[in-house]
Amino acid sequence: MSDVHALSGAYALDAVTDIERQQFERHLTGCEICTEEVASLREAVSELSALTAEEPPPELRGSVLAAIGETRQLPPRVGSPSRPARRTPRRLLVAAAAAAVVVGGVGVGVTRPWQDETGSGQVVSLADRVLRADDAQRVTQEFEDGAKATVVRSPSLGRAVLVTSDMPPAPKGHSYVVWLQQGDDMVNAGSMARSPDQTVLLEGDASTASAAGVTVETDPDAEDATTDELVALFPF
Amino acid sequence: MNHLRAATSGGEASPPEELAPLLQQCALGDERAFAQVYDLVSPRIFGLVKRIIRDPAQSEEVTQEAFLEIWRQAARFDPARGSALAWIMTIAHRRAVDRVRSAEATHTRDIEYGHRHHAVEYDSTSEVVQSRLDAQRVRKAMAGLTETQRQAIELAYFKGCTHTEVATMLGVPLGTAKSRVRDGLIRLRDTIGGER
Repeated sequence: MSDVHALSGAYALDAVTDIERQQFERHLTGCEICTEEVASLREAVSELSALTAEEPPPELRGSVLAAIGETRQLPPRVGSPSRPARRTPRRLLVAAAAAAVVVGGVGVGVTRPWQDETGSGQVVSLADRVLRADDAQRVTQEFEDGAKATVVRSPSLGRAVLVTSDMPPAPKGHSYVVWLQQGDDMVNAGSMARSPDQTVLLEGDASTASAAGVTVETDPDAEDATTDELVALFPF
Repeated sequence: MNHLRAATSGGEASPPEELAPLLQQCALGDERAFAQVYDLVSPRIFGLVKRIIRDPAQSEEVTQEAFLEIWRQAARFDPARGSALAWIMTIAHRRAVDRVRSAEATHTRDIEYGHRHHAVEYDSTSEVVQSRLDAQRVRKAMAGLTETQRQAIELAYFKGCTHTEVATMLGVPLGTAKSRVRDGLIRLRDTIGGER
């Protein structure tokens, strides 16, 4: 990798691809100098908007204000955002598996249905909204055995959905656990039910995630992945 | 970063200091505070989005999306990490850029067009009065940059180009484009900060 610090300007201007953004944000978590620099450059960048200021059509105001009445707000982030290295630091989804591992093994293990605290009706509708969102981004992985998995993310809704087809079940006694990469952390976004075709709404703020990944775990509620081996990787 | 925040809140015509406390009110679900935020920053957001997207109907849509995002994320604004305006404009710019890039993913971006039309016209007749002073100050700061620095920043910020595209358009190596952007922004930051 060449001089990664040099990307601070382009990053502050959003003049980076999604992949470059992920890489640079990973760099930022460990580089105090770049973090400071990006923050100061963003202050300058925001001033550029004075050059193009233009009153929006008056009716937009009412429309925005009506819409926020129907928009749920995110809770604050708790805990320090730039936490020091964890037990297994930088277990980065993106750095891991470039190629998908073929999922093998059949078996009837413990069924762990998708955990759904809010009632399936609501989940389905939110998942549907993500799938149909104007800003939906899709990342698909196809496996040699014909299985297919797609993560659809809507930054505006802040959520992502995993859609699988012909997915063989996880090995006996194991579950597929879906993770969202948030900074340097992989955060458990839920486990998958055993049926081959599923639409699963991932837990957590997908708008800030840089990737989603799937591992095979014995504990579907694991806080940390126990393996670096990814069944599937979906960089955003 | 503290000096910068102090600097950005000192201008006569920039969004006033209450933007940060207003955002914090929004985080508590205060819709009236949000209406004030809207009034303070909507010309900047709409104007920027429209400059990038061009199509007025889509620009309204993306402006609305940006505001909803600001509302949703309000609790995550941290005044210790930067000004409210920078936080807001980062969200808005990203939205607009995401929109043009996803639209362009299906068409090839017309780099030639961008090359011929990279000059950004600042003298928009609809420019709002209250930001004229800010605009003058920023225009002056932009004029202090080298030609390539200015072009690189304009292509990135007002057209949503990546630094790789900027390099192609300006006919310079990638590393050069990267450093032009960074050097230009540093100079811009120091000029704007120093003038207040």
